[in-house]
Amino acid sequence: MQTHQYDVVIVGAGGAGMRAALESSTRARTAVISKLYPTRSHTGAAQGGMCAALANVEEDNWEWHTFDTVKGGDYLVDQDAAEVMAKEAIDAVLDLEKMGLPFNRTPEGRIDQRRFGGHTRNHGEAAVRRSCYAADRTGHMILQTLYQQCVKQDVEFYNEFYVLDVILTHDLTAGEVPAGEEVAVAGVVAYDLATGEIHVFRAKSVVFATGGAGKIYKTTSNAHTLTGDGMALALRRGIPLEDMEFFQFHPTGLAGLGILLSEAARGEGAILRNSEGERFMERYAPTIKDLAPRDMVARAMANEVREGRGCGPNKDYVLLDLTHLEPAHIDAKLPDITEFARTYLGVEPYTEPVPVYPTAHYAMGGIPTTIDAEVLRSNTDVVRGLFAAGEVACVSVHGSNRLGTNSLLDINVFGKRAGIAAARYAETAPWHEMPDDAATPTVEYIERLRDHATGERIADIRRDLQETMDRNAQVFRTADSLTEALADIAALKKRYRDASVQDKGRRFNTDLMEGVELGFLLDLAEVVVVGALAREESRGGHFREDFPSRDDEKFMQHTMAYLRPGAGGEGTVELDYKPVIVTRYQPMERKY
Amino acid sequence: MTALAETTETSTEAGAVPSFDVTLRIRRFDPDTGAEPRWEEFTVTAHGTDRVLDAMHKVKWEVDGSLTFRRSCAHGICGSDAMRINGRNRLACKTLLKDLDPSKPIVIEPIKGLPVIKDLVVDMEPFFASYREVMPFLITNGNAPTKERLQSPEDRARYDDTTKCILCAACTSSCPVFWTDGQYFGPAAIVNAHRFIFDSRDEGAAQRLEVLNDKEGVWRCRTTFNCSEACPRGIEVTKAIQEVKRAMITRAF
Repeated sequence: MQTHQYDVVIVGAGGAGMRAALESSTRARTAVISKLYPTRSHTGAAQGGMCAALANVEEDNWEWHTFDTVKGGDYLVDQDAAEVMAKEAIDAVLDLEKMGLPFNRTPEGRIDQRRFGGHTRNHGEAAVRRSCYAADRTGHMILQTLYQQCVKQDVEFYNEFYVLDVILTHDLTAGEVPAGEEVAVAGVVAYDLATGEIHVFRAKSVVFATGGAGKIYKTTSNAHTLTGDGMALALRRGIPLEDMEFFQFHPTGLAGLGILLSEAARGEGAILRNSEGERFMERYAPTIKDLAPRDMVARAMANEVREGRGCGPNKDYVLLDLTHLEPAHIDAKLPDITEFARTYLGVEPYTEPVPVYPTAHYAMGGIPTTIDAEVLRSNTDVVRGLFAAGEVACVSVHGSNRLGTNSLLDINVFGKRAGIAAARYAETAPWHEMPDDAATPTVEYIERLRDHATGERIADIRRDLQETMDRNAQVFRTADSLTEALADIAALKKRYRDASVQDKGRRFNTDLMEGVELGFLLDLAEVVVVGALAREESRGGHFREDFPSRDDEKFMQHTMAYLRPGAGGEGTVELDYKPVIVTRYQPMERKY
Repeated sequence: MTALAETTETSTEAGAVPSFDVTLRIRRFDPDTGAEPRWEEFTVTAHGTDRVLDAMHKVKWEVDGSLTFRRSCAHGICGSDAMRINGRNRLACKTLLKDLDPSKPIVIEPIKGLPVIKDLVVDMEPFFASYREVMPFLITNGNAPTKERLQSPEDRARYDDTTKCILCAACTSSCPVFWTDGQYFGPAAIVNAHRFIFDSRDEGAAQRLEVLNDKEGVWRCRTTFNCSEACPRGIEVTKAIQEVKRAMITRAF
């Protein structure tokens, strides 16, 4: 076992983690611990853009952006946080440009902007050009640019290190913290993939920037490595997770594969059609049609398929039609996604429409934070020194449905805030005791998984989890489907306890890490389903067929899910609720 | 060893993509066991749209969990799974089985020229060390403007090709010069230098060209075009290297 000491430890090296590192490493001794090489992070898969009311190509202002974010999130957004994000978006884009990000340009040489779902002029009048972009590789450019700046600043990385535990001064799973006592972070425990060795990192500040958890679903745009590690670690240590039942299904995944085709396609004029060739979004969102927010488009697509207007031999997808766009325009603005269609489906988007279907894309929920990225351990109290930013966090700027481009914005705005806050806190904070046996639970966990002589394969349990989540907790949900999912998850958790990995070695044991990740997925899937079952309304990305309307009286509040010790060693998920912060905008019916 | 993961299932449903058996012949190596590197064959059932990565996952998840490789996004963006497939460097997640003649075993080896850690996993540190040496970041003098720096669409287009790099190392590890001389910067580092040398906003070209004028720099390139063929992002790597060479001589960029 090795030990290290840093003022600030950042967990995760995607957009949020590296943006935080750029701030904290100039102010405090900082290490970034990442289970992947930084440039492998899934920020690089984001395509369409990053919205900011630069008004480079038409009139716009941050207040409209705030409103769109609040309305897009079906009024579950904390409005103070959305305002911070929309205001700071402008500097966030300019910061990236100054770092060298190669944005597409207007003829005058300014950053070009394009339309995106749910982003409108003057509170919904018409679509507005707000998304700053670099072809359909905006996330790739952000990830590369941030990594380039980390190289420039000589940021210290621990690559292919899995953080498997976070050490706090108090055991929050035991329940109430005595009045007047502050809970603080002491550090993290990590596993070095190359050697199998355990490393303990003592730190005054820890920033979680571990990304999402899309792998709880089978059909997803997410990377294999997006297993919700940070969320699950926090949950197991007694920190709540907020609004986890809200999962975004991106409308245009390549049918059958889930690979993302950017909303930028529709921003550039592509149209969704059913088997009758009809532009069906005209019926669902008469004003902005194909550029309605993702939850509405995904539901409309699923509904078309359900009512028999799906395309293909099994009538199980719809078509994204780009054939009316100029090939030169497609090449300039959408080169990558059209290549995906060619490579993976053998479809030529110049001349043929592309089969698409919703794909699990983004967790709106996550570790609750303040607008300064401090992690909340209850509705009001923070864990001192612990921060979270990006998809792992829930500020909440996305409410029940995130608008396209607002995730690249989120990681930049709140990654920066987290980095500054973490370094500032470390300047004056005391060091907290790291117990001698801090790594023991982690060591025991991985040894049990590795040394189990025989048992069921990890992959079989994971497949069954993903299948029940796709079947029962996807775009359409009911009490029955969710109850079934919950029973399945309980059974899968039992199977997981007796599971075994085949690779018994210490060197680069990815089999073992997949085993650990499955444990995270099972915990998170349960939180998603428990929250979804309790939320007897339909809002944003959460649609209950048995409760098809939004119920502001009962449910205009955030879900706070806690893992409490239960009988038989398995924790049980308990729910609490937290008020939504409303500043300017009273809830209205959501029409587009 | 040959292991059969699944019996062939023939679907007769209308529109179903037919499945087929495919054999992967994979280079295995785990230094901790003391054994020499060896070849191992696995036969699995694949579907029409499956990629090499899908077949490898099938082996790992259904046959032998110890088979070790890197992967993440699974659609050619993250650059984790560059490997040598039938003698050519490619991304396993971007290579469709049906494009490889599945009637013959598909030969899968780690990319060459970097130390093997285990099976298909190589030590990427030397690769990233070369990348870091070319100062792969925007260098500017003077005060930054309040708003964005202006750049015309034409100036932006000048370096577009080399911004596509995902640092997968397919190019560098396909380069015969790199195989024999690990000190050579390699194509990927030069591509990333090119990305800034030809960016109208950048003022660090002279410094970067100085670095690349080293004896292990750009002049080691023998223009074999392996790198361009290997690039999964379609970057014209050899052309970019030639442009850097020319810039070195003419000092025009």
